[in-house]
Amino acid sequence: MTKARVATVWMDGCSGCHMSFLDMDERLLDLADRMDLVYSPLVDLKEFPLEVDVAIIEGSVSSEEDLEKLYHVRSRTKVLVSLGDCAVTANVPSMRNPFDLDCVLRRGYEENADVNRQVPVENVPRLLPRARPLHEFVKVDVFVPGCPPSADLIHFVVSELLEGRTPELAGQCRFGA
Amino acid sequence: MKPNTAQITTLKIDGHDCGARSDETILDVAQENNIFIPTLCHIDGLQDIGACRLCLVEIKGSNKLLPACVTRVQEGMEVTTNSPRLQHYRKAILEMLFSERNHICSVCVSNGHCELQWLAEQLGLTHISVPYLHPKLEVDASNRRFVADHNRCILCTRCVRVCDEIEGAHTWDLYGRGVDTRVVSDLKQPWGESESCTGCGKCVHVCPTGALVEKGRSAGEMTKRGQFLPYLTLMREERQ
Repeated sequence: MTKARVATVWMDGCSGCHMSFLDMDERLLDLADRMDLVYSPLVDLKEFPLEVDVAIIEGSVSSEEDLEKLYHVRSRTKVLVSLGDCAVTANVPSMRNPFDLDCVLRRGYEENADVNRQVPVENVPRLLPRARPLHEFVKVDVFVPGCPPSADLIHFVVSELLEGRTPELAGQCRFGA
Repeated sequence: MKPNTAQITTLKIDGHDCGARSDETILDVAQENNIFIPTLCHIDGLQDIGACRLCLVEIKGSNKLLPACVTRVQEGMEVTTNSPRLQHYRKAILEMLFSERNHICSVCVSNGHCELQWLAEQLGLTHISVPYLHPKLEVDASNRRFVADHNRCILCTRCVRVCDEIEGAHTWDLYGRGVDTRVVSDLKQPWGESESCTGCGKCVHVCPTGALVEKGRSAGEMTKRGQFLPYLTLMREERQ
């Protein structure tokens, strides 16, 4: 039997969702028998592979690089999972949204800096004017809110997807928890 | 106690036969019969105003959806409190409430104790399908003991009503229209400078979200105690 090809992606988030993923502890071994982790911040692979069955994305779309990555992942993935509040609602990264982007950068890199006061422009992706949830750009198949979603919930979601079912999450999860 | 001149009526709610006084609302009768109807602007002990529209119900013979909190029962009425159509509209209302302001639950002092968040969970809301507006709103921390965070306000006006109807101070009111409406203290002055505010804190404890909170609470710590109102009202009526 061929194993499901699963990828996890980290965009503008704190990595708490990936930590929650790891909190599955020994259940990860059971999942490892049923899937191949083909791309992840936990795996040293630079290029997002072709024909991925399930891609689980943490974090909001905050920079041009995030957006490019999101379109790329979507085009190579069958089932896209929006994991955690940053991906689902833009959460904490969106707290900059009411403010003008230039003001935010100046505040962070000039007004609050003691030395080397300058907004970085080289070798860093340019920020989008607003941090946005994934589904404002691409079709998302499964939404898993939570900050972070619990390990039990992520286990349930991944297990259901590996069985070929769409996880029914109504009443099982909430924003912010 | 006021003399009760109401008649007894019978009606059906979700197929159950219910008896009710003719001065009761559909919401009253549903709650007496343990039938769940979601609400946000309603709180026991305050006048209902039908502002949030989450308690919309279907009534046989009418195409309109009516708010259960301000619709009185009628003899022979047949009410449906849950249907795909109602679920659709209730979710849409919740989504618009979330998108209209900056409800970032993970860093909210009311996280886990919030009626808006709880309802979203109950109604199976996993994401917001309309774009977030991200308005620039202020946090008024000028009061010595409390904070008003307009990012979390859903304009249910529970604070306005409790201050007017129970405390008698009428510190809070509404300013502006539509999406620009704000709850303001006195004549749009900082809460800390309000001359009418008695500092009783009733508004804080009836607020369903983290819009009105006690100072010094960190994320997830602010629990509200809104159950005091019916007792307070009853005691006052008995005293009169």
